Amino acid sequence: MDAMEQLYQQVILDHARAPHGRGLPADAPGTTAVATVGHDTCSGQSHQVNTTCGDEVTLRVDVDLSGEQPVVRDVRWEGSGCSISQASISVLHDLVTGADLETVGAVSTTFRALLGTRGAGLDDEAAEDLLGDANAFTGVGKFPARIKCALLGWAALTDALILAGVPGTPAEATR
Amino acid sequence: MTTAARTGLTDVELAAVRADFPILDRTLRGGRRLVYLDSGATAQKPQVVIDAEQDFYERRNAAVHRGAHQLAEEATEAFEQARAVVASFVGADTDELVWTSNSTSAINLVAYALSNATAGRGGAAARRFALAPGDEICVTVAEHHANLVPWQELAARTGAVLRWIDVDEQGRLRLDQLAEQVTERTKVLAFTHASNVTGAITPVAPFVARAREVGALTVLDASQSVPHLPVDLHALGVDFAAFTGHKMLGPTGVGALYGRRELLADLPPVTTGGSMVEVVTMESATYAPPPQRFEAGTQMVAQAIGMAAAADYLSELGMDAVYAHENHLAALLLAAVEPIEGVRVIGPTDTVDRLATVSVVVDGVHAHDVGQVLDDAGVAVRVGHHCAQPVHRRFGAVSTTRASASVYTSEQDVAAFGEALAGVRAFFGAEVR
Repeated sequence: MDAMEQLYQQVILDHARAPHGRGLPADAPGTTAVATVGHDTCSGQSHQVNTTCGDEVTLRVDVDLSGEQPVVRDVRWEGSGCSISQASISVLHDLVTGADLETVGAVSTTFRALLGTRGAGLDDEAAEDLLGDANAFTGVGKFPARIKCALLGWAALTDALILAGVPGTPAEATR
Repeated sequence: MTTAARTGLTDVELAAVRADFPILDRTLRGGRRLVYLDSGATAQKPQVVIDAEQDFYERRNAAVHRGAHQLAEEATEAFEQARAVVASFVGADTDELVWTSNSTSAINLVAYALSNATAGRGGAAARRFALAPGDEICVTVAEHHANLVPWQELAARTGAVLRWIDVDEQGRLRLDQLAEQVTERTKVLAFTHASNVTGAITPVAPFVARAREVGALTVLDASQSVPHLPVDLHALGVDFAAFTGHKMLGPTGVGALYGRRELLADLPPVTTGGSMVEVVTMESATYAPPPQRFEAGTQMVAQAIGMAAAADYLSELGMDAVYAHENHLAALLLAAVEPIEGVRVIGPTDTVDRLATVSVVVDGVHAHDVGQVLDDAGVAVRVGHHCAQPVHRRFGAVSTTRASASVYTSEQDVAAFGEALAGVRAFFGAEVR
C-alpha cells in the first residue's frame, strides 16, 4: 500500500462522504463558545480554526451527569474542511458518543499518540481496540502537514469539555 | 501593459535559466521530478544568490556603518551598493530605499510611522501624516493580510474608518468604486500591485490619480509584482511601496520599503535604537536622515547583498522577457485548467495584465486534498487561503489550490500540473465534500 492509499483509506473516504454527527441543534448559539449547566446535564461548545487553511468546526458536547460517571450523551458539530478533518470528526462522534469521560480521555490521548508515530502505528492491540475506525488515520502521521487536520475536531472536543466544566474532565488539555 | 508576446524566453534560454537553480535538480519521494509551482509563496534561488551570501561571509563579513577597519569598509560598501542595485531595479533613488525584513514589516513601518505622527512625534513636519477620528483608510478586497491587518490596526488606534474597494467577478479591482470609496477624508489608499490569489495586475494610474485628487497617501504592495514584471516606482507615482527579497529569487529575511524622498524626510521613526540616531543624551535623541532613520539595529547585510544579486540576475534576463515568459505560462495554466470538469478559476480567465498565478476551486474536493494528490505527483502548489481570506470569502471559497510560476517554470511543469489536477476528482469521487 503506497503512502497515498495509506492516507486516504476507504474508511476515511466513507466517513468524509457521509459524516456522522453533523448538524448542530437548532438552539445552538452560532459559532460562539458556550457552556450550559443543568441539574444532571451540562454541555459545552467550542469553535476551532485551522489557521493554515481556514477550516472551521463548531462542536457541541452534551454530558449526562446522572450516573456514577459522567457520560457523553451526544456530540454534534458543523464545519467545513478537508476529507481528513471531516472524517476525523465523524469518527470522533462515533467513538465518543455514549462513552464515559475516562474512556473519552483515553481515546483522545491514544489518537494523538497514533498520529505521532509517523505512520508506523502503535503496535498495541488494546490501543487498536480502543480506536476502532480511528486506526485508519495511522497513515496521516506520515504527512506532518495533515496532522492538524486530523486533530481539529479533537481540539474542539477537549475545549468543549473544559468549557462544560464536567467534574473529572481529562487533564490532557493539550492541543 | 498588454498581453505579452507568446514567449519571452527561448527553449535554450529557459534551459540555461533552469540550470542556474540547483534545487530544480533534486528529486522527491519515489524519484519523482520536482514540479515547483509555489513561487508565489517563495521563489527558488539561483546559484548567484546563494554564492553572493556565501561570499560575503567568507570574505567580507564585518559590522556595517561602524568601525574603521578595512573589512568594515568593504562590508559597508557592499551593503550600500546592494541598496543602490535594488533601488535602481524598481526605479527608485538609492536614498529612498529602506531595508526591512520583508513586505509585512515594510507596510507595518508605514502604518506605525503614521501612528507616531498622530501621537505628535516627528514635530510640525510630521503633522501632515496624522490621522483623526473620522478620517478614512481605503484598501481593497484583494489584499494579502499584510496589506490589510496593519491598516485595521491603524484605524483602531486612531479612530479612522476603514473602507475598501471590491473586485469584479474576474477578480479585477472595481475601478468604478474609486470615486465613491476614496473620499476627501481618505488619508491612506493601500492596494496591491498584483494579487497573490487572482493573479490580476492592478492598473496603478487611476488609484494614484484619485489619491492625488483627495490628498491621500498611496501605499503599494508590490510583493507579487516586483518579481514578475518591470516595475518603475517613480513612473507609477506611488508614495510608498513594499516588496520582499524571497519572492524575487533572493534570500528570506530581507525586504524593502520605498518612500518618496520628501515623505521619508518628514516621517518619524518606528523602531528606535542604535544606528538610526545622530546625537543621544540621557534625555533625548535626534534622528539620522532616511533611510538610516528607519534601520535601527544590526541589519540583514548578507541577505541584502543576496537580494541585490537576485535583482542583478533578473535585470540580466530583462524583466520584459520575464513577464512575457510568465504571461505565456499564465495562458498555458488557464488552458490546462479550463477543460477539467468541476474546476473553477478564482481570477481572470484572460491573460491581459495577469501573473502566472492561477487559483482554483475543485468542486467537492477540499484544497488540502487536492494538494495532497498533486504532491503525490511531485507537483508543489499552495493550498489554503494564501493569507488572503477576504478575497476567498468574496468568491464563496474557504480555500483554493494555487499554482504560481516564476521565471524558471517550464511548459512541462504546467503540463504536469494539469495532468495531476485532472485526476483529482476521480481519486476522491466527485461527490466527496
